[in-house]
Amino acid sequence: MSALRESLGFLTSRLRQVGIFVALILIVILFQVLTDGILLQPQNVTNLVVQNSYILILAIGMVMVIIAGHIDLSVGSIAGFIGAVAGVMIVHWGWAWWIAIPACLLVGALVGAWQGYWIAYVGIPAFIVTLAGMLIFRGLTLITLKNQQITPFPNELRALGGGFLPDISGGTSVLEWLTVILGVGGTAAILFQAIKERRVRRKFNLENEPRAWFAVKNGFIAVLMLIITFLLASYRGTPIVLIVLAVLVIVYSALMNNSIFGRHTYAIGGNLHAAELSGIKTKKVTFRLFVNMGVLAALAGLVFTARLNSAQPAGGTGFELDSIAAAFIGGAAVQGGIGTVAGAMIGGLIMGVLNNGMSILGLGTDYQQLIKGLVLLLAVAFDIFNKNRTGSGGGSSIGRRFKWKTTPPATETSTPAKAEPVVVDAK
Amino acid sequence: MNVPILQMRGITKTFPGVKALQDVTLDVNRGEVHAICGENGAGKSTLMKVLSGVYAHNTFDGDILFENEPCEFSSITDSEKRGIVIIHQELALSPYLSIAENIYLGNELANKGWVDWRKTNLEAAKLLARVGLSENPVTPIQHISVGKQQLVEIAKALSKEVKLLILDEPTAALNDEDSDHLLDLILHLKGQGVTSIIISHKLNEIRKVADAVTIIRDGKSIETLRLDQGQITQERIIRGMVGRDLESLYPDRTPNIGEEVLRIEDWTVQHPQDHSRTVVNNASLNVRKGEVVGLAGLMGAGRTELAMSVFGRTYGRAVSGKVYKYGKEIDTSTVSDAIDHGIAYATEDRKHYGLNLIEDIKRNISMAALNKLAKRGWVDGNKETTVANHYRKSMNIKAPSVAAITGKLSGGNQQKVVLSKWLFSDPDVLILDEPTRGIDVGAKFEIYTIIAELAAAGKAVIVISSELPELLGICDRIYTLSAGHITGEVPIAEATQESLMHFMTQEKE
Repeated sequence: MSALRESLGFLTSRLRQVGIFVALILIVILFQVLTDGILLQPQNVTNLVVQNSYILILAIGMVMVIIAGHIDLSVGSIAGFIGAVAGVMIVHWGWAWWIAIPACLLVGALVGAWQGYWIAYVGIPAFIVTLAGMLIFRGLTLITLKNQQITPFPNELRALGGGFLPDISGGTSVLEWLTVILGVGGTAAILFQAIKERRVRRKFNLENEPRAWFAVKNGFIAVLMLIITFLLASYRGTPIVLIVLAVLVIVYSALMNNSIFGRHTYAIGGNLHAAELSGIKTKKVTFRLFVNMGVLAALAGLVFTARLNSAQPAGGTGFELDSIAAAFIGGAAVQGGIGTVAGAMIGGLIMGVLNNGMSILGLGTDYQQLIKGLVLLLAVAFDIFNKNRTGSGGGSSIGRRFKWKTTPPATETSTPAKAEPVVVDAK
Repeated sequence: MNVPILQMRGITKTFPGVKALQDVTLDVNRGEVHAICGENGAGKSTLMKVLSGVYAHNTFDGDILFENEPCEFSSITDSEKRGIVIIHQELALSPYLSIAENIYLGNELANKGWVDWRKTNLEAAKLLARVGLSENPVTPIQHISVGKQQLVEIAKALSKEVKLLILDEPTAALNDEDSDHLLDLILHLKGQGVTSIIISHKLNEIRKVADAVTIIRDGKSIETLRLDQGQITQERIIRGMVGRDLESLYPDRTPNIGEEVLRIEDWTVQHPQDHSRTVVNNASLNVRKGEVVGLAGLMGAGRTELAMSVFGRTYGRAVSGKVYKYGKEIDTSTVSDAIDHGIAYATEDRKHYGLNLIEDIKRNISMAALNKLAKRGWVDGNKETTVANHYRKSMNIKAPSVAAITGKLSGGNQQKVVLSKWLFSDPDVLILDEPTRGIDVGAKFEIYTIIAELAAAGKAVIVISSELPELLGICDRIYTLSAGHITGEVPIAEATQESLMHFMTQEKE
């Protein structure tokens, strides 16, 4: 009983993280029912992954930019531009894919450096610089393509968008064994990591999640992973882009949590002045964030182009909005300082499932946009509501009822925050 | 003469846990200039906020009689209707609007909702003439100097048919010439029957304009001195301002002072926006190993500005002067340079400049020295937690764990996190700006103990504080600053609150 209560208290204190996860599951179940089971058919799950991969790649960079307190409106245009550049390099100039891909990423880095320079060193708000970038790089896309699509691309590049890992059983088995091995291995690795982290936290006297919640959460994640593995394995196996995405998520999660660069990003977004006064080179960090965003936008552009097998003048249009929405639905704070790569991925999946499910249902883009807009608004509204609830301000009666559970007991009652006005006199 | 215009009786204002004002009495006569004096944090501004309705009448105890009628103000609008206008230290003007628009902002001369521009500019010009400002009323505010902006504020007050004008440190942001002009104007308005209350601790100003001085100390009105009774003298005012008992306890320490660690020479800093103002003027000071050096000064003396300009030029422009460490000149022109040279600066405003409030304790502690925890750019999280746990224990940071969010801690514990952050950067010199501001008495003693331990461990410590007893309690030597100049250097044995206040209010020509 007490374990249950402890878990409940924990859940209310982590309402946001838990909520987003539950929301994803509910949306999946909803569309599974509405589409008569089409949503979770193996082929559709594969589609879902591939269709959303470029948005998810963009969302990784976007959430980092948002954590630092900026925004990037230009990523869609950059993705389109890089697609055009790739078309010129590969189709017109005949470059090999293994030269063209790094070259495209380099162009992405240069584009990011261009924008980062104006934002970090000149001090123009990112909103303006990237709004300009949105126009500039769309214009460059059109110029590069001379308003015509470039197609076709060689198979090696197309594999990046629509390819699968080879079937090691040679097509004899119902399940793709390589996918099963990767899926089961990945699940084991995640569980192992979670248990290790829990041990470390206990060792250093940090609060841990209640045992029951820990078990439920990780059990659930494991089951989910295995279901997806099974679904993918019973269609055509693991999409190559999923491997790319998995590597990116792991690397960038580690980067944001454990690297000096990632920590400085959070510090800048959390309190710019304090970061500056702690000796953090805030301009350099900001510059690098946008270079990184440029590289990821280039990668997303390559994946998208590879999937369509053509570089198109309008390629990438609207990607910036989907990736920004993914980051915010995934819990990033508008003011900066808060957000995670994993959250952005879940946010991106919510958008993806909505897109996919509504398409299967035959809803037009009109209703799709309406519903996606409402979901974004509700997610951020929920954030604000949640912040007011746990913050020092009034909040709802439900919030107050749970407060004793969710906030640690005050350790020093003699110094209320409201004592400040006295100090005001001094400055 | 001597007809009372304002009587405040038994004013008591409490903030949760703190009595900001306690049984304060203030009597102001019609047509006089009444100065209010007191140390930083004594309660002067709070009293004026009570008077002007910033704090509504039901949030404090006591009575206010204005022109013999009781006042119950709920907002500034109410007090302005009665002719009481307050001009805050931070001017409330909109930089892109014209002088005339600013004067009538919120009080527009309009006809059925449409602004009458001819009348607005005409009336504004008349008001400008009254305050002796020869500017075109359509000039945008940002194109005139701060001194002239102050005059616009007064013109704005006059437009509201002011009877009692309250000026909160009106000359704090002005250069000498503008200050003189402003004081003349106050006397001129007095001739026209406007009563003024002026908050100031510049004693020469007070001597120039004030007919009476009320002294506030620790939220209590101490006494009212009157010019016609010959009571307004510098000694008398100083005695009133500082006559506080050394009530807090300070840890015992035997200083063990070694060689000079840091020396600052001929340090001069200009105000970042107002180029006519020199905020720190030719200041020189030093601090030695194991020594705690105090920097005393009133509001606007330039203490924080001095410290921040040394610490990576984080304040001011056209900074000049030299910094020496162990006798060798060092470059501290960026924060990371300063940290690399072993200098740490713990800000007076920890919420805005010191902490990432949405982040946890351990990540705040590691923020200024992450590279000490990292290999090739990757942070060792376990080591970080170990370090944070170490400081939680040694600093006695009261929190469930080092994963607790700093924004939820009390002021004292937040301050300990800030100190931990800087200690972890392993500095030789610590500059602590108001280290006990907003902290309760018990936590203050802990902070003093930490400072004493730092000195005992051979660190050189500079403490900036507005509380003279605190400086007297923990320092070995105290510098006083006044209007950007170092006006005194007093060994602790010779220092008293009176002697320090004397230097702090001294004006260097």
